Amino acid sequence: MKHLLSINDLSEVEAVAILDTATELARVSDAPMKKLPTLRGRTIVNLFAEDSTRTRISFEAAAKRLSADVINFSAKGSSVSKGESLKDTAQTLQAMGADAVIIRHQASGAAHRLATSQWMSGTVINAGDGTHEHPSQALLDAYTLRKHLMHGQKNLQGIHVAIVGDILHSRVARSNVLLLSKLGAKVSVVAPPTLLPVGVHSWPATVSYDLDDVIPNIDAIMMLRVQSERMNELYFPNAREYSRYFGLNTDRVKRMKKESIIMHPGPMNRGLEITADVADSARSVIVEQVSNGVSVRMAILYTLLTGEGIESGALA
Amino acid sequence: MSKTYFISGATLDDGSRKDLYIADGKIAGFENPSNSQALVINATGKIILPGLVDLHTHVREPGKEDSETVASASRAAAKGGFTALSAMPNTSPVADTAGVVEQVFRLGTEAGLCDVFPIGAVTKNLDGEELAEIGAMADSAAQVRIFSDDGHCVSNPQVMRRALEYVKKFNGVIAQHAQDPDLTIDAQMNEGIVSSILGLKGWPAVAEEAIIARDVLLTEHVQSRLHICHVSTAGGVEIIRWAKARGINVTAEVTPHHLLLTDELASSYDPVYKVNPPLRTAKDVHALREGLAEGVIDIVATDHAPHPAENKECEWQQAAFGMLGLETALSVVALTMVETGLMDWKGVAERFSRAPARIGGYIHQGRDFAKGEMANLTVFDPSVSWRVDRDLVASRSRNTPFHGMELPGMISETFFKGVPSLLNAQLLTEDNL
Repeated sequence: MKHLLSINDLSEVEAVAILDTATELARVSDAPMKKLPTLRGRTIVNLFAEDSTRTRISFEAAAKRLSADVINFSAKGSSVSKGESLKDTAQTLQAMGADAVIIRHQASGAAHRLATSQWMSGTVINAGDGTHEHPSQALLDAYTLRKHLMHGQKNLQGIHVAIVGDILHSRVARSNVLLLSKLGAKVSVVAPPTLLPVGVHSWPATVSYDLDDVIPNIDAIMMLRVQSERMNELYFPNAREYSRYFGLNTDRVKRMKKESIIMHPGPMNRGLEITADVADSARSVIVEQVSNGVSVRMAILYTLLTGEGIESGALA
Repeated sequence: MSKTYFISGATLDDGSRKDLYIADGKIAGFENPSNSQALVINATGKIILPGLVDLHTHVREPGKEDSETVASASRAAAKGGFTALSAMPNTSPVADTAGVVEQVFRLGTEAGLCDVFPIGAVTKNLDGEELAEIGAMADSAAQVRIFSDDGHCVSNPQVMRRALEYVKKFNGVIAQHAQDPDLTIDAQMNEGIVSSILGLKGWPAVAEEAIIARDVLLTEHVQSRLHICHVSTAGGVEIIRWAKARGINVTAEVTPHHLLLTDELASSYDPVYKVNPPLRTAKDVHALREGLAEGVIDIVATDHAPHPAENKECEWQQAAFGMLGLETALSVVALTMVETGLMDWKGVAERFSRAPARIGGYIHQGRDFAKGEMANLTVFDPSVSWRVDRDLVASRSRNTPFHGMELPGMISETFFKGVPSLLNAQLLTEDNL
């Protein structure tokens, strides 16, 4: 495995190995000296053509804890898309000797283009491309689910996860549906019909328009951010109505299983898809998702750049 | 005295065996005269079709000469067996006045490798609001009969109605790019299973079908003549079948790429597969082939759309829509329609030469092989296959989706007005004749 462009690049075994590696690397994050020498001398470029502070700093922290040199190339929207072409940017990074490029881009498939067009030879990691995929987010979500719900079990066989909200435009949803189902979980996507893609019936997930129907049966709920611009595109009448049918509030949480957890990839719209008290409640693992993100991204970099994972217990 | 030619040993599209003697630009007989100086072309085992006629070509001149010119498109046409092109008006400036269509027509005559018939814009600057100078273009030296806003749909039904009515004066035809604009804002590829996985914004089949349905009804109401460009959906074929059964004067075209390629190719995110209308599903491909065989779809047209490299070497969303078509069209039709047993060569001649010539009113194109007819014809060997190489195309651009594919049917000669534009599979120009 050279690149991580889509969850489809991973087998179940490879995905589990990344989660295992992340578990080992989490010990590094907990230690007073939070650094491993593994990637010393390697250059990793954060190519962020779209704003995303949290994903960028998460990858940056991950790379630095593995002792890599990190270059942040923050090309905001227009400069990459309208000025310098992706091809020229890629060739520039190649000339600078980038061993890996972590790319966030507003165009679906941008990471694929970087990896397959022979503009550069390094490893490409997709940190979110348009409305396509966000594989590192799905891996950190799977890691979080496994840690809370699986009691030592390696995969996610036996749990039921609902992904709720703007499925149509969500790269987090696409990667999670693929990964969680690959790991054996049952996945439900829940949204108003306008926010589900035509073709969703082909996904390895069940489809529901009714959150209240799904709520009592699930072990975890993943709330997706509703972008404000969707309001003006006729996807639903208004924010109030959206919240009423698809928002997670205390009443709904009360009807969830006792051990179930609440997730959100961030950034949240408090009051829209999730109420503040739910987001801050004991069931919420939203903040923990962020810290798990660093360990999982360390594992991704470690695996792709060294060509191997870390066996359980090896760093003990 | 001009050169004479004798093509021996070939089979005509109807399956009959005939040798052709070509002199003074015409088919002068079926034997080589005893004192003949004719260049003899041994075409044993080959097939002769009337020269192919394309009703949908983007020649890019004036304005985008970095991607194609009338002359380079003419060379690509000759290589592809075409003796007539129809130049779409989405140039810069737009061909919405007599001046621009006469310029394109003149450039075609100067290139001299095939007829270049300009298509006029329906609306000024393709804006879809005010009618372009349709009458002036019809009366110009270019004698325009086909009008289209191709690349854009004439989406306002009142504008479409007026255009359909107006061209009745000179038996013109409106060639509609059927795409509801509101249903396809920022659309990137066919809306379906593949788009749901790739996260690319969908172009639903209904956006094509709804416009076709509306326009056949408008055409019936005002008793005019409609042509549907590049039908890409099974539903579109179904509506046109219905309209024809009802006696509505509608014709339709399909592109070679829609007869062969599907939306699965978008999974590579390689914009060489980005085209408008988009590649559809295998079910649509099947319906298009059936429709073409049946005659619901009247013609094959290339929608040859050259683009410079930088407009394809980028992200899918950034890339331009369109693919090359002229040099591979006959081979793709041979592969998808003839080798599958859906059509014979006579059918190919009808769909690729005779019918488009009738629709466009191109009187010297798509003719039978009778004595005295202008010699516009194509000689090719269906038994030989070739590998498409984007570096060897005659077009100025290289955006062919067929690169690397092995396709059947080698074109060896194209005759335009009795003179070879292609001989022994080599392009001939004024310089090396």
